[in-house]
Amino acid sequence: MNWTMIGVFLALFVFVTILGFVAARWRHGDLTQLHEWGLGGRRFGTVVTWFLLGGDVYTAYTFIAVPALVFGAGAIGFFALPYTIIVYPLVFLVLPRLWWVSHKHNYVTGADFVRGRYGSPTLALLVALTGILATMPYIALQLVGIEVIIAALGFHAGGWAADLPLIIAFVVLAAYTYTSGLRAPALISIVKDLLIYITVIAAVIIIPMQLGGFGKIFAAVPHAKMLLAAPPAASLGSYGAFATLAFGSALALFAYPHTMTGVLSGKNPRVLRRNMALLPAYTLVLGLLALLGFMALAAGVDKLPAFASGFQQYKANFAVPALILHSFPAWFSGVAFAAIVIGALVPAAIMSIAAANLFTRNIYREYFRPQCSSAEEARVAKWASLVVKAGALIFVLELPSIYAIQFQLLGGVWIAQIIPAVALGLYTRWWHRGGLALGWLCGMVVGTWMVASLHFAGTVYPLHLFGFTIPAYAALWGLILNLIVAFVFTLIFRALHLAEGQDATAPGDYTGQSAQ
Amino acid sequence: MSSSTNGKKRSSWRLLLLVPFIATLWVPFYNRVEPTFIGIPFFYWYLLLWAPLSALITWIVFSRSDSPDNDR
Repeated sequence: MNWTMIGVFLALFVFVTILGFVAARWRHGDLTQLHEWGLGGRRFGTVVTWFLLGGDVYTAYTFIAVPALVFGAGAIGFFALPYTIIVYPLVFLVLPRLWWVSHKHNYVTGADFVRGRYGSPTLALLVALTGILATMPYIALQLVGIEVIIAALGFHAGGWAADLPLIIAFVVLAAYTYTSGLRAPALISIVKDLLIYITVIAAVIIIPMQLGGFGKIFAAVPHAKMLLAAPPAASLGSYGAFATLAFGSALALFAYPHTMTGVLSGKNPRVLRRNMALLPAYTLVLGLLALLGFMALAAGVDKLPAFASGFQQYKANFAVPALILHSFPAWFSGVAFAAIVIGALVPAAIMSIAAANLFTRNIYREYFRPQCSSAEEARVAKWASLVVKAGALIFVLELPSIYAIQFQLLGGVWIAQIIPAVALGLYTRWWHRGGLALGWLCGMVVGTWMVASLHFAGTVYPLHLFGFTIPAYAALWGLILNLIVAFVFTLIFRALHLAEGQDATAPGDYTGQSAQ
Repeated sequence: MSSSTNGKKRSSWRLLLLVPFIATLWVPFYNRVEPTFIGIPFFYWYLLLWAPLSALITWIVFSRSDSPDNDR
């Protein structure tokens, strides 16, 4: 054990923990109200929203999962770059409409909107359940990231003591989320990003210098990992996988409950739009971090005896921690590891808050206590945030993970299935609520079945159509089926004159015109 | 200017947002090593370059539609 490293790490960790509790007093609001606890009172401006949305996207996913995939599988891992490039134009176009309509009708979640738009508590329930389910593996990815760093810090105890640091981090996270709500991750994000930028700048300057430049680094990359393999005849091959993983992830990200939380906590749509032009700065960082996977290959960290046990236990996910230990003095490794752990805790907090909002609004109040007070609502949300995190722990313990990124991709397969109800609903009321529900069901079943047939170790399913093979992200296959079924049954249900449900929104609500 | 022509003008600027999609999702276009840049193969620096380019495009569209009237 290296006590310098652990000392620096702990000092930073304790500092943000205190910050998390202090956050309750920041921009003072009544934390017994759900929109105060769960949306920070909808008052965040450009800067805080930037940090908050950045905190959503740039997580253990960026630091551990993507470089691990690049380390192990090469070029395909770079799909995360087009993903985080196209997601912003997408959000730029669509989410301001959600902001306006949510502001007008006091919606806290995407499911609230669906309930109002289609007059259907059932469809809202499906959207809420999907959001909660899909959030769990995404939080699980964060926990894997924390686990890997704890191992890298040198805690190699056996038995229950091995899980102790993870449990402590977990309890601290749960406690300040409970007391401070969305204000905690918003405030901590600022510190987190500072630490991350310091780490990234150091890593992309110092490590290539140590390794003799990018030319040397890429010279060490095996030919098969350098580029995507050209597709064989009658197949889209890895091109299909690469493009659909990017596109599917972008669609999925914007349907996640925590993205909605980040969006709805902004004080107006201009704040959001401006952010969509600024957030790609993070994408550049993500790309540079992805290159750490190749730097780990070039440094040959997986062949060093000091890291043998780490690689044996955490596979490619250990690549970045090993590279950091290998390249930096102990004190700086402490800073870098603190950045990664805090960078995993912040999104875990935001995600669990978002899922808790869903449970409280669209399940508890809808089905159990329609008359509950807003104080009770906020209290239930706080408890629900704990349960969601516990669910995430189960994913960590139960699912095999060669690559941590599979957790996030699995969540994406599920969350993509609410896109027809939520995103299309922002533009048109054409779809029938019954058709949307059936489409959702088919998308969920087929998407999950595809991933299960890959034994939860991958999410790219090769579909054979008319002698042509199209390997694509299962989220998109599910979504295509979802849309077809929803389309056909909308026509059928309309022909049968099945009740459409009351639309509580007016066209002007989506553009803010009716607010005047 | 009437609000409908204003709206049309705005949506034609928005078509620009399609460019990053085409540029980054059409893989055959950039799946190669040459030309390299400071030792980085084309595949990687091309995609890295698109991060600021896409930000620039989004910013242009934002500033073209950034009046209180166009927020809605």
